[in-house]
Amino acid sequence: KMSSKLKNAKRIEGLDSNVWIEFTKLAADPSVVNLGQGLPDISPPTYVKEELSKVAFVDNLNQYTRGFGHPSLVKALSCLYEKLYPNQIDPNKEILVTVGAYGSLFNAIQGLIDAGDEVIIMVPFYDCYEPMVRMAGATPVFIPLRSKAAGEKKWSSSDWTLDSQELESKFNSKTKAIILNTPHNPLGKVYTKEELQLIARLCIKYDALCISDEVYEWLVYTGNKHLKIESIPEAMRFTFKLQKNRRKQLVEGIRKAVGKDGKIGREIQTAFPFLSDKLVVLRYGGTQEQDVRKRATFPGMWERTVTVGSAGKTFSVTGWKLGWTIGPHHLIKHAQTVQQNTVYTCTTPLQEALAQALWIDLKRMDDPECYFNSLPKELEVKRDRMVHLLESVGLKPIVPDGGYFIIADVSSLDVDLSDMKKNEPYDYKFVKWMIKNKKLSAIPVSAFCNSETKSQFEKFVRFCFIKVTGGFLGRAAVAVAEAQESEQVRRTLHPAGGDDVEVSATELRIILDKAVT
Amino acid sequence: MARRLQARRLEGTEHNPWVEYVKLAKEYKDSVNLGQGFPNFPPPDFALEAFQQAVTADHMLNQYTSAFGHPPLTKVLASFFGKLLGRELDPVTNVLVTVGAYGALFTAFQALVDEGDEVIIIEPFFDCYEPMTLMAGGHPVFVSLRPVRCWSPSQDQDLDSSSSWQLDATELASKFTPRTKALVLNTPNNPLGKVFSTAELQLVASLCQQHDVLCISDEVYQWLVYDTHEHVSIASLPGMWERTLTIGSAGKTFSVTGWKVGWVLGPDNIMKHLRTMHQNSVYHCATQAQAAVAQCFEREQLLFGQPSSYFVQLPRDMQRCRDHMVRSLQSVGFKPVASQGSYFLTVDISDFKSKMPDLPGAAHEPYDRCFVKWMIKNKGLAAIPVSIFYSRPHQKDFDHYLRFCFVKGEATFQAMDEKLQKWKAELEL
Repeated sequence: KMSSKLKNAKRIEGLDSNVWIEFTKLAADPSVVNLGQGLPDISPPTYVKEELSKVAFVDNLNQYTRGFGHPSLVKALSCLYEKLYPNQIDPNKEILVTVGAYGSLFNAIQGLIDAGDEVIIMVPFYDCYEPMVRMAGATPVFIPLRSKAAGEKKWSSSDWTLDSQELESKFNSKTKAIILNTPHNPLGKVYTKEELQLIARLCIKYDALCISDEVYEWLVYTGNKHLKIESIPEAMRFTFKLQKNRRKQLVEGIRKAVGKDGKIGREIQTAFPFLSDKLVVLRYGGTQEQDVRKRATFPGMWERTVTVGSAGKTFSVTGWKLGWTIGPHHLIKHAQTVQQNTVYTCTTPLQEALAQALWIDLKRMDDPECYFNSLPKELEVKRDRMVHLLESVGLKPIVPDGGYFIIADVSSLDVDLSDMKKNEPYDYKFVKWMIKNKKLSAIPVSAFCNSETKSQFEKFVRFCFIKVTGGFLGRAAVAVAEAQESEQVRRTLHPAGGDDVEVSATELRIILDKAVT
Repeated sequence: MARRLQARRLEGTEHNPWVEYVKLAKEYKDSVNLGQGFPNFPPPDFALEAFQQAVTADHMLNQYTSAFGHPPLTKVLASFFGKLLGRELDPVTNVLVTVGAYGALFTAFQALVDEGDEVIIIEPFFDCYEPMTLMAGGHPVFVSLRPVRCWSPSQDQDLDSSSSWQLDATELASKFTPRTKALVLNTPNNPLGKVFSTAELQLVASLCQQHDVLCISDEVYQWLVYDTHEHVSIASLPGMWERTLTIGSAGKTFSVTGWKVGWVLGPDNIMKHLRTMHQNSVYHCATQAQAAVAQCFEREQLLFGQPSSYFVQLPRDMQRCRDHMVRSLQSVGFKPVASQGSYFLTVDISDFKSKMPDLPGAAHEPYDRCFVKWMIKNKGLAAIPVSIFYSRPHQKDFDHYLRFCFVKGEATFQAMDEKLQKWKAELEL
């Protein structure tokens, strides 16, 4: 009786299923310990709750505020991030407040990605990237992270990396953007400077954008540092062979062009006959000079990156659904256009409370009491306990360098899954078995993979550890089967690097510094 | 960057008319802002208390709730609106909570309007319907409400009523084609304040059924109806539930526009597409605001129809505001169109147009926009030109109306009256 005209628009075709809907339902049983969804069950910091309480008593914060972000909030965000970026950030033109980081991703993709574009996504990926890219009519191009053999050391998220030749092979003239997620969900990988430089070089070479999802930016553990790809100094746009005897000449020439303090701080023109004729301008970012940026012939990463942040992950308040996008105005303005055609504004009192909470912490960033410092410390303890627990029951966890998830290889347990649904990946079956028989839920990692790569990750299950300790650990220990002899998981080594010697501006500075000393 | 940055879907949607008027109102700090549609009085105590409780109670309300709506909210919306619509509503399959009614509209357009689909929009229209249609790749097809003057001894000749703004049945029928996917209905209407009668809704309903078209019914002002008028939801008419999406707003219902909580009610086979769109755009809405709205509805459910119900008090108070504003504006020569509902009053400025035809403004700029700028600079009153609620080709026909918002506090009315008295004195010179 229902007619065909009232059917869905093509843009959402095939996007109706969602791993969370399925597994949240299964885990909703109160007797099941839920280590699946990335939802803290710890309380947000007291002062954050207090700020929201205070705001609830202010009458005039109950009406519409500025669409692109409540003024006191965008001001606080600009002050915070100016500490972390090499440049100033205009609160009105270079920041957009969104409905969570999810909304930030949506606005960026809808504003900047067109039908027919290609978008590179690293696998495993936070599951919304693929449907959002498809909804924009674009083609996702996948590249898996691959693990080196852990060897003697504990298997770590840093063992997982991208093959640089494989990554370059994914870029072409249709590539509009690459989505970067650091710290990474679900692996917990914190991208290194070298990895970011690789991605930056490729973005610049192929004139692509970078959508950088950094929601877990504060959750980085000992021995690691969260780096922003925009802070990567502009890499040179080409590669050239640098021979030892020529190196000294290059350095001398640059030293002459540079100030007495030896720092590269402005545009330098060099013309050395032995170098490739493609070398025209070498510029090191980090200046405050607006006109230098505008004159740049080889723009760096700030010009082509939008960064996504999350109040939910920053302050353990996922239910506030506030996020932000930071970037240059020529990109942010398109996300702002999407905002004015989608939700128009975000909730006023929550934005005010968030602004107040940010002011408190951004004034004490070196203080251990600052939540940006205290939360990762608290979580590192939980992480280590979870690693120990998973190992003790025979699973092979990958120790994350950041984020609040840990993935483990569950295949070594060799559980009998013959009762479970046939046509599902191993990890889906395992998690459903675990929910049913052991009252413990997690998320199958193949949910974070596209259909072609599911088989590479189907032995892995993701656990969330931003949970109150005590009950769940004991339960989880009991929940998993008896310890078994774990199998050695072998991964082939994929060496990075190519034939050319690439010299980034940073390396050049190092050469220079060495030459000066 | 060398390549084109913005997606093509943004074409035609970048410009936002409000930016200019918000800026002007700010620039002329001394002006009385009767332009923007939000209350400048506090929300009712029970709403403030509900929010205070939501943010101090269970700390888990600081975390994600159910994606399609916080259960206590979807439950009360289903039971409350089920009664009004005369059918049993399921909180999971028939209700979706969104980021304001704005978010509800966006979700509906994106879920259902395809490239090349036509969407009938009744003018004057809340300005977002057009860019939302365009962003979904659709073609807006406009049909105007027009003032129909009819002589009647009982009618106040000085006061045109928004009910006399009507759709021509033949003209409306002619707008439907095989490519028509949806019709957007807004009742009570912004900016006119028109409350569509059952007969008018039946006309729209029969055409939607005849042409198998979806009705997107924006009913955010459903409680703001005045005099003896009654709000009727088109979804309650025979044959319409299965093809209607009914949109509501906590912001307009409880005078809390800053909470950004809205909802859509509809049949599961259509709602499932909105759920798909929602889970791929914002996914969740803020938990505590939803919890507070749920508590407000629970209170209103208990008091429904009683004098202490906010849904009885608010329209009664706003009617007084409307009447006050009508009298005040008439004193300087504005011809108000009596508003039957909503936050707004439209006034005819034809007399001003004939007396002051040449106001400063860009070439071809509609008269009402020039008038608004002149009025804010010279008379200290801010209003909105109604031509921004019309499609480009029709703006020149409807360039002699302004929209005033009367949902304002006592102090604002006093300030407005002072400005108008000064203006009147200047006219008498």
